Amino acid sequence: MSNKLTPLNEVHRRLGAKLISFAGWEMPVQYQGAVQEHLAVRTCAGLFDVSHMGEIEIKGNDALALVQKVTCNDASKLKDGQIQYSGLMTEKGTFVDDLLVHRLNAQHFLLCVNAANTEKDYAWICRHADQMNVEVLNTSDRYFQIALQGPLSLEILQPLTDTDLHSIKYYWFTFAKVANVPVMIARTGYTGEDGFEIYGQPEDAVPVWDAILDAGRPKGLVAAGLAARNTLRLEAKMMLYGNDIDETTSVLEADLGWILKLNKGDFLGREVLEKQKQAGVQRKIVGFEVLDKAPARDGYPIIVDSAEYGKVTSGSPSPYLKKNIGLAYLPTEKAVVGYEFAILVRGRQVPARVVETPFYKRKKN
Amino acid sequence: MSYPENLLYTKDHEWIKVDGERGTIGITDFAQSELGDIVYVELPKEGDTFAVHETFGSVESVKTVSEMFMPVSGTILEVNQALTENPELVNTDPYGAGWMIVVKIENPSELDSLMSASEYEDLINEGKER
Repeated sequence: MSNKLTPLNEVHRRLGAKLISFAGWEMPVQYQGAVQEHLAVRTCAGLFDVSHMGEIEIKGNDALALVQKVTCNDASKLKDGQIQYSGLMTEKGTFVDDLLVHRLNAQHFLLCVNAANTEKDYAWICRHADQMNVEVLNTSDRYFQIALQGPLSLEILQPLTDTDLHSIKYYWFTFAKVANVPVMIARTGYTGEDGFEIYGQPEDAVPVWDAILDAGRPKGLVAAGLAARNTLRLEAKMMLYGNDIDETTSVLEADLGWILKLNKGDFLGREVLEKQKQAGVQRKIVGFEVLDKAPARDGYPIIVDSAEYGKVTSGSPSPYLKKNIGLAYLPTEKAVVGYEFAILVRGRQVPARVVETPFYKRKKN
Repeated sequence: MSYPENLLYTKDHEWIKVDGERGTIGITDFAQSELGDIVYVELPKEGDTFAVHETFGSVESVKTVSEMFMPVSGTILEVNQALTENPELVNTDPYGAGWMIVVKIENPSELDSLMSASEYEDLINEGKER
């Protein structure tokens, strides 16, 4: 099966990107270099094509009720124009997906979901929409999505838009024009930096991308690929679906208690999660630092008390911190800062230590 | 992309410089550029012995880990200790300061199956056209 192309595919080729297959899409993994792109986002800004991300819209009088039923966070707290990180739940309180819930109004929600899960999520939501007065739409093909991330994002984007970007608070969005093109601008991201995620119609993707990149270049803006996106989100300890969370990991095991609102009313997985919260979970995700020069990578076995215990869910050299970092599940009683365990790196046991997370936290202005 | 004339090359993107029974081995300019910023190099110990095509170490960038294979059979005479602290030398000087190991060549006839600079360059260019 051939990969889907985003509306920016030609642009990536023009910029000399290295293209890879990712979640059924041909995506840029890097342009000039993953480390350079990573550091640009930490110090200036980076521009990412994330048009592969899925969009699912829920419309109708029961839109909020349906969102509440399938997700674990409390969407009733959202006001028009506000965004919430949440989990799409199985009956077991594990993740069908993690997602951003955007409230356009009480009868209209837009969910931004992982590319690889879009079809699955759509089917799952439809299945639970029975008897409800709603319309569930997979509108992924109607949007491009560009992420402008980094401390200079606002400065770069402001001259191109008619809206005052300062007025968009973190995890809020608005409709505006960028480069004279109508778009939705959300103050969200997957890098641990300030920034914006811009949604618009596919045919407008190229002019918006070009306008931002041209305006930002003199300030140090670079095009950035999936490799940098992954190392940036790992430093910020943001979960990657399929690695750190999936249908076998519960919200509490993933240490995402802050998106779990057990008192909001019934939802998928609530009973199980309530019991888990009372009884405690057997394992918990931690951030670790490798105490060796050898990087620990996704899937490397973890050794706890001389026995294999799961695998590294995400592991990489950290370009900004210049350490080898990663995430893994440990038995709850060992999931404490300072605990030391081992990771099997090509047959050799290397020591690792549980550390405070996020590994990287930006300084607030 | 550079392809020094005085070296022999493998299809796995290692090079070897032959000096009598000593062979200095590293990875090519193409290999380092494909890997990107190199952050870690794992090398064998002096005295270790490897057969041709056997894995003798690995080189890691932020993105990925790649194994390195012996162009010839031999015993390790020297390893480049500088790469422990400065793995980026492989990026900046793949045919010089970024060398990996020196081996004692056991069987010089194995060199006959390696590629010349122009043959290796053709291989890379064919790959690009695909």
